[in-house]
Amino acid sequence: MTRTLDRPVARRAERKGLSEGKKAERKLGWMLCAPAALVMLAVTGYPIVYSVWLSLQRYDLRFPDQRQFIGIDNYVTVLTNSYWWMAFGVTTLITVISVAIELVLGMALAIVMHRTLVMRGLVRTVALIPYGIVTVVAAFSWRYAWTQDTGYLADLFAPGAALLTERVPALGIIILAEVWKTVPFMALLLMAGLALVPDDLLKAASMDGASAWQRFVKVTVPVMKPAILVALLFRTLDAFRVFDNIFVLTNGAQQTGSVSMQTYNNLIKGLNLGIGSTMSVLIFLAVALIAFLFIKVFGTAAPGGADERKR
Amino acid sequence: MAEIVLDKVTKRYPDGALAVSDVDIEIADGEFLILVGPSGCGKSTTLNMIAGLEDITDGELRIDGQRVNERAPKDRDIAMVFQSYALYPHMSVRENMAFPLRLAKVDNQTVNQKVDEAARILDLTQHLDRKPANLSGGQRQRVAMGRAIVRDPKAFLMDEPLSNLDAKLRVQMRTSVSKLQKRLGTTTVYVTHDQTEAMTLGDRVVVMRGGHVQQIGSPQFLYEQPANLFVAGFIGSPSMNFLPATLENGGLSTPLGAFPLTDRIRLLVEGANAPREVIMGLRPEHFEDAALVDGQSTTFEATVDVLESMGSDKFAYFTVEGETATSAELEELAADAGSADLTDSGAQIVTRLSAASAAKQGTPLDVWFDADKVQLFDPADGRNLTYSG
Ligand SMILES: Nc1ncnc2c1ncn2[C@@H]1O[C@H](COP(=O)(O)OP(=O)(O)O)[C@@H](O)[C@H]1O
Ligand SMILES: [Mg+2]
Repeated sequence: MTRTLDRPVARRAERKGLSEGKKAERKLGWMLCAPAALVMLAVTGYPIVYSVWLSLQRYDLRFPDQRQFIGIDNYVTVLTNSYWWMAFGVTTLITVISVAIELVLGMALAIVMHRTLVMRGLVRTVALIPYGIVTVVAAFSWRYAWTQDTGYLADLFAPGAALLTERVPALGIIILAEVWKTVPFMALLLMAGLALVPDDLLKAASMDGASAWQRFVKVTVPVMKPAILVALLFRTLDAFRVFDNIFVLTNGAQQTGSVSMQTYNNLIKGLNLGIGSTMSVLIFLAVALIAFLFIKVFGTAAPGGADERKR
Repeated sequence: MAEIVLDKVTKRYPDGALAVSDVDIEIADGEFLILVGPSGCGKSTTLNMIAGLEDITDGELRIDGQRVNERAPKDRDIAMVFQSYALYPHMSVRENMAFPLRLAKVDNQTVNQKVDEAARILDLTQHLDRKPANLSGGQRQRVAMGRAIVRDPKAFLMDEPLSNLDAKLRVQMRTSVSKLQKRLGTTTVYVTHDQTEAMTLGDRVVVMRGGHVQQIGSPQFLYEQPANLFVAGFIGSPSMNFLPATLENGGLSTPLGAFPLTDRIRLLVEGANAPREVIMGLRPEHFEDAALVDGQSTTFEATVDVLESMGSDKFAYFTVEGETATSAELEELAADAGSADLTDSGAQIVTRLSAASAAKQGTPLDVWFDADKVQLFDPADGRNLTYSG
């Protein structure tokens, strides 16, 4: 008896929480989002699911008859393969080094752009040029510049040496090309962060006795930390999928290939859909893990975040 | 503890704007000095030059006799409180207050002791571990004060520190700032655009206008002996009433009627080489209901437009027929007060009458004024012709 009684009461109380207007508004909100959400699902969700499905099969276009569901066998194959781990190591190396350099240079450029008083527009436009050039085009010009005997940079720094055919110098050139290309993007994101730091705060720090460097480290950086994290996240995700520069500069020779290169070689050149898809799924998981870690750090460090509001 | 001297200090911004021009101020050790003036008159610029946050274009700034024009803010040993409080959002209240001490490499124990002491004085002890974002406006203001006092600087600079508080809190904090300054005895320069704050807080007040110092003096002195029309109109609330007047054969003819000058005023005016056409200024409290005064020589009759009874006294507003006084200073004051376009027919005057007055809204009243309290100004340059300071 009590059960049948308190149920409607509870439900009515629940309904009271949301007025009719609120409910209609919420419904409208869902309806307005729906088309975009559906398109997103179609263009991103479907390929992901399909890749996962392919990665669970033996499926080589050269031997289509042998197509067969084999569970996680492909994953075992890839994850026990030393070439995969070599590519993974190279990718991680390129990612960490190039993002670190980009952060430092991007910050310096952001500060210059933020502080410039004269010809601000011109400075910003010039700084953005590398980012506006198609990566492959830029990569080719780097390749010509570093080609033995004919390239001006090769002539200048290492006459007679074929840098692009040696592993360490080649990786250095790949990182250089990556850095050159994306520092402006980094700087732009960081400049938005610099704008978040009120002038008064820096003036107060000056009055409190901070030197320029102390102001930067103790006030500017902590206050713009959310912007720095976003910039790092974007760049790390991007850098981990590095492909064009390597493809043009070395084509992965001398063990300079990234995981994306490996995937390309298996999927497109080797026509092995099963192994190729497995690698794409692994890259996807790695990228998702990076994003997850960043957002975890984010959630605990961002000012005004959940843990601060609790107090 | 410090004596601060501004010697012909001038500031011209890179864009050519002359923000502060030839300012001479001597601030004594331990003094509480107020810079007051309408917004844009160069108060913050002056303060920032003392702080070292803005370069001095011309002139010299001396602290304790030493030229400090070229010294960086951190080497001047001056603390500043900002209108926005400028608290570090990523630090707790304790860390905010400790920040200057940490930078000065003070040892941990002393830091904690000084921060606790300041927190106790400012009643912040139970908030020490909170972040600024979670504090009320008044608490944030106190943290900003705390950060300034922990390191025992030579001087405090405060730029409109109470402007972001609501009216009631502002009055409370005004008292505490004043008490705190007395207790610490530290030289303080305080910027405000609010004349009430200026009058109640400072030992001395500097009135500024358009980058120039208009007058420096104690609040009472500025009130009684304004050097010019601008100071007269800026200091005092409600402000002084201004009417056009003509000086002729030893008397003054005004919209309130003609009356002879008192001997004291006649002497001053003769010494000042006064023009014929002048502006007469009279403060609201120098009027009274004629029925309550004996020997009423100077009276006029007018209809009470509005009557505000404050209990202790009554404010009666009248409209006086005829022209209104005009001058650049008065226009600027009206613009600053936001009443520039309220001019209708005749001049508005405000009077403060005793509570015993029988004044009634909409009925005529005989009003007396104290002819010896009249101040006369030159409409051309605004100088006070009856100035005896
Ligand atoms: N950074 C600046 N560059 C150019 N002009 C400025 C700058 N800061 C202030 N000014 C100008 O200087 C004058 C005084 O400003 P300020 O000292 O801020 O006035 P106040 O604090 O009295 O309101 C104003 O006319 C203002 O426009
Ligand atoms: Mg100001």
